[in-house]
Amino acid sequence: MTQPRPSLAARISLAISVFWRIIIKPEFALGVFRLRQGAEVERAEPAAKPAALLQETGPAAALQLLGLLQRDGRFIDFIEEDVAGFSDTEIGAAARVVHEGCRKVMREHFTLESVRGEAEGARLTLEPGFDAASLRLTGNVVGDPPFNGTLTHKGWTATEIRLPKLAVGHDVNILAPAEVEL
Amino acid sequence: MSEARYAIGVDLGTTNCALSYVDLAASEGESGQQHTLPVAQLTGPGAVEECSLLPSFLYLPHPDEMAPGDLVLPWGAQPDFIVGELARDRGAQTPIRLISSAKSWLCHAGVDRRAAILPAEAPEDVPHSSPLDASIRYLEHLRDAWNHDHPDAPLGEQELTLTIPASFDPAARELTAEAARATGYDRLTVLEEPQAALYSWIQSSEGAWREQVQVGDLILVVDVGGGTTDLSLIAVVEQDGNLELHRIAVGEHILLGGDNMDLALAHVIAGKLAAQGTQLDTWQIRALTHGCRAAKELLLVASDQDAVPLVVPSRGSRLIGGSIRTELTQEEVTATLVEGFFPQVEAGARPVSRPRTGLTQLGLPYAQDAAITRHLAAFLTRQIGATADLAGIGAPAANASFLHPTAILFNGGVFKSAMLVERIMDILNGWLTAEGAPAARRLEGADLDLAVARGAAYYGYVRRGGGVRIRGGTAQAYYVGVESALPAVPGIAPPVQALCVAPFGMEEGSATDLPPQEFGLVVGEPVRFRFFGSSVRRQDQVGTRLDQWTAEEIQELGEIELTLPADTRTPGEIVPVKLHAAVSEAGTLRLEAIPREGDERWQVEFDVRS
Repeated sequence: MTQPRPSLAARISLAISVFWRIIIKPEFALGVFRLRQGAEVERAEPAAKPAALLQETGPAAALQLLGLLQRDGRFIDFIEEDVAGFSDTEIGAAARVVHEGCRKVMREHFTLESVRGEAEGARLTLEPGFDAASLRLTGNVVGDPPFNGTLTHKGWTATEIRLPKLAVGHDVNILAPAEVEL
Repeated sequence: MSEARYAIGVDLGTTNCALSYVDLAASEGESGQQHTLPVAQLTGPGAVEECSLLPSFLYLPHPDEMAPGDLVLPWGAQPDFIVGELARDRGAQTPIRLISSAKSWLCHAGVDRRAAILPAEAPEDVPHSSPLDASIRYLEHLRDAWNHDHPDAPLGEQELTLTIPASFDPAARELTAEAARATGYDRLTVLEEPQAALYSWIQSSEGAWREQVQVGDLILVVDVGGGTTDLSLIAVVEQDGNLELHRIAVGEHILLGGDNMDLALAHVIAGKLAAQGTQLDTWQIRALTHGCRAAKELLLVASDQDAVPLVVPSRGSRLIGGSIRTELTQEEVTATLVEGFFPQVEAGARPVSRPRTGLTQLGLPYAQDAAITRHLAAFLTRQIGATADLAGIGAPAANASFLHPTAILFNGGVFKSAMLVERIMDILNGWLTAEGAPAARRLEGADLDLAVARGAAYYGYVRRGGGVRIRGGTAQAYYVGVESALPAVPGIAPPVQALCVAPFGMEEGSATDLPPQEFGLVVGEPVRFRFFGSSVRRQDQVGTRLDQWTAEEIQELGEIELTLPADTRTPGEIVPVKLHAAVSEAGTLRLEAIPREGDERWQVEFDVRS
C-alpha cells in the first residue's frame, strides 16, 4: 500500500489532530504509544474517523485576561457585586473605575479595528463569496447574493494581541490574590 | 573589540528609563534610522511584557512574598529583586521595600552614595541597597533586555550614550559613569539631557532645523521630568559658514517635577474630602494621585471643561459600595498647578528659600520653591553674561536685566499639556516684551517622553561624523578651597580662598595646564578639600585665586578627597603636588595630583563619605 508522502501543511494538521486525539482518546493514545514502541501497526482499523472538528480553547489566556481586567479595572469586583441596592450615581462612579481600567487593558493588549469601515446605518452590497465569519446576516435572509442591506453594527476584529508571557508553572487560576496588610 | 553596529542612547531617568538605538550601517547624513527597544519586564508576578519605558523602581521583596518562578525573566535570570513596572506597582503598596528616585540620591552630596542607605527610613531587616547599586540594577536590566533581543550585537560592543541632568556635579557624573562601567558598558559617553532633547529635535526635523533657527538664536531648553527640572541655553553661531550649536549655560539642580504636581493635586482633593468628613488612608491617596494624573491631563487640554469626576476605588472587593466619588475642577487645577508651579512672576523674581532645619539631611533636598517660573527667572538673570564673548550674539542690550532667549524647546511629559506650554511662553514673552525684545518662538516636534533616549542614540551616531554636534564642554568652572596664609586669629576660622583648578567649558578629551600653586600633601593620610563650582565665571583660568565671592556666583559642592598611597614613599613624608584637571572622552571630569618630581599621578575622589 503506497501512498504519496504528506506535505508539510498536511503533517502539521495531522500532528495537531493527533495531539488532541491523544489527549481525548485513551485508546488512541495507547495505539500511538505502541507505534512508538515499534509494534506492528494494526491495519484492521476501519477508515479513520474524520479528524476532530471541535477544539478546546486553552483556559490560560482567558484566565490571564480576567486577571488583567480585575487588576487594572476591578472587573470581577464590579460584576460580582449586587447592583440592585445602589443608585445609578453610585454605580456610575464605580463604572468609571471599571471603564478606565478595562479600557487601559484593552488598549495595551489588543489592537482592535472595525470589521467594516462604513458608518453604521450605511447601505452596502455583499457580493457572492463574502466572508460569512466576519459578517453576520440578519432579518430577511433569502435568495442568493449579492445581498443588499444596512450596516447595523460595524463589528470588531483583533488585529494584534500582546498578552504578557507567563512564567512556566504560574497559577493562572488565581485571578486576584487575597491581600493581607501586615 | 569589533566595530559597533548600533549607537545606543540610554535615558536613565528619575522615574523612567528608556533605550533607543540607531543602526549605524543603515544611516546616512542627518537621517538616522531610529528605534526604541521594547523592554521586557515583569508586569505582574510571573507575567512578562514588553513596554517602551522601564520604570526606575527597584523592589526588594520579602523571601515569602513571591511564589517560586514568579520573578523569572525572558533571559532566564531569576533575581531576588524586581525592576520596572511590577516594582513600581508592588512598591505603591509596600513602600518600605521600594527604592525610587535613585538618580536624585546619586547627586545628593550629603550622603554616601555607595552605602546601602535605600530605601530610606525602612526597617533594618529589609534589604538595603545603595543609590549606585540601584542605578546599576536598571542598567543591567536594560543590558540583558538588549542582549536578549540582539544576541549577535552585545551591548558592551556598541557605541553607548548615557544621559544625565545638565546640572549634575562632577561627583554625580562620575558615579553615573561608574555604574555604567560596572554594567559592562565600555564604550561610554555621557550627555546632558537638555542637549539630548535638542539632538532629538534636530533629528526629527530631518535637516529642516537649519531653516527653523538662524545665527544669533538663543535656544532655551526647559526640561521638566518626573523628578527634576533642568534648564539649558544653547546658542546658534556660525563657524566657517556652517551653523554651530554651543551649549553656553546650564541651570542649578532643581528637584522638582511632574510627580510633585500630581501629588500636590491629590493633597488638594484629599483636603477637600477631609473637609466633608471623609479621611483617606495612604493607599487611597496613592489611588487618588493616579486618578489626578489622568484628570489633570484632561483638564489641562480641554480648558472649556469645568470639572472631571474622580473616583477613589475601595480597597476591598465591594467596589460600588466602597468607592468615594469626588471631582477635580478646572479651578483647582489652575490654582494648584498653574498658579502653584508656574505662577505669573516678574523677570526679577527669585526662588524663595527657607532656612533648612537640621533634619533635612535624612531625605532628598527637594526644591524649596515649587515655582518653576521663579527658577527660570533666576537662571536667565544669573546667566546674563553668558553670551558676552560669543561672536555673532554678544552681550544683551544695556537695559536688559536678564538674558533674552529667542526660541524655546520644551521636553518632559509635563508639557503634553498645551496650557502649561502656553503659560511659560506667555510669561517669558511678557518679560521679553517689557524689555523691548522680540518674543521667543517655540520649537516643535520632539517626542516628549522618548526625546532624551532618542537624542542620545542620535548623538552616538553624530559623534562618528554623521551630523551637527552641540559644543559646550563643562558647564562650570571648578575650584578647591585653600586656607590663606594669614596670621592665626583665635576663634576665627582662617579665610578660605577659592583656587580655580578647572576652567569653564573644558571639552571632552582636553586637559588643563599645570597651575602654579603647589600643595604639600602628607603621604598615607587622606586630605580633604572644600570643592566649589561656578556656572557664571567664564573668565577664570587655572590658578586664578578668589578671595571673596557671592553665593550667587559660586556654590559649594561636596568635599573631595585625595590620598597619597605609601607604596613608593615613606608615610608621613610631605610631597609637593599640583592639581591637574582633565575631561575624559566619556565626558567626566578627573582631578589628579601630580608631584613635582616623578611621573606618578593620584586620582582625587569626588564622592567622599560624609
